[in-house]
Amino acid sequence: MHLILFIVFAGFCLAGAINLLLQTHPINSALSLVVVMCSLAVLYLLLGAEFLAAAQIIVYAGAIMVLFTFVVMLLNAGREERTLGSRAGKVIGFPAVVVILGLIATVILKAQNLGSASLSDPITSTEELSRVLFHELLLPFEVTSVLILVAILGAVALARAGDGERRVSK
Amino acid sequence: MIPLSWYLLLSAALFCLGVVGFLIKRNLITVFMSIELMLNGVNLSFVTFAHQWHLVKGQIFVFFVMVVAAAEAAVGLAIIIAVFRARSTLAVDRIDLMKL
Repeated sequence: MHLILFIVFAGFCLAGAINLLLQTHPINSALSLVVVMCSLAVLYLLLGAEFLAAAQIIVYAGAIMVLFTFVVMLLNAGREERTLGSRAGKVIGFPAVVVILGLIATVILKAQNLGSASLSDPITSTEELSRVLFHELLLPFEVTSVLILVAILGAVALARAGDGERRVSK
Repeated sequence: MIPLSWYLLLSAALFCLGVVGFLIKRNLITVFMSIELMLNGVNLSFVTFAHQWHLVKGQIFVFFVMVVAAAEAAVGLAIIIAVFRARSTLAVDRIDLMKL
C-alpha cells in the first residue's frame, strides 16, 4: 500500500515539476506547481508528518500559489518568449546540475544505515510538535513573527507606486 | 516498507529540476516558481531525516522554512510588480541593466 501510494504521488510530483519546465505560459506553470505541492503533502503524510501535510496544503498550495496566480493575472503575463538564454547557463549550468544530482545520488545510495518507512510507523502528533515549538523554540518562533511583519511592510512599500515614479510621470 | 533513500532521491530530483528551471526559464515569475520548487525539494529531505531519527525538530525546521518562503514570496512578488511597473516586461533577458 505504502509502495503504491509512494509511486503514484512521487510520479505526480516529478510529472508536475517537469511540466512546470515545459509549459510556456506562467499560469500553467503555477498550476503544475500546485500539483507538486499537493502530492508532496501526501508524501509528508506517508512519513508521519500530519501537521506539515496540512500546513503544506494551506500555506503553499493555498496562500503562496494564490499570490503567484494573482500576480500573473495582475501583470497579464503572456506567453514566454523563447530566447537562446545565457551561454554560461548552458556551458557551466547543466553539467553542474548533472554533477550535483550524481553526487547526491551516490551519497544517498551509499549510505548504509538509512531506515525504511511504512504505514504502521508512529505519526508525529501536533501536540508533540507544538510542545517542542512553544517550549524549546519559543524565541525563534517569536522572531519569525517579526520577520513576517517586516515582509508585510516591505511588500507594501515596494508594490505601491513610489513618490519618485510619480514625479517622473509628471 | 520502502527505503527512505527513495524519498531522498525524489527530493534531490525535485531540487535539480528547480535548478534547471531557474536556468532555462525566461519569465521572471516562472524563475521565482523554480525557487519555490527547490525549497520544496529540500523540505522533503528534512521531513525524511526527521522520520529517520525520530526527531521533531526536523519537522519544525520545515515549518520555519514555510514561514520564510511565505515572506519571501510576498516580498519577491512585490519586487516583480515594481520591476514590471518600471520596465513593463517580465522577460529576464530585457531586465539586464546590471549585467556586465
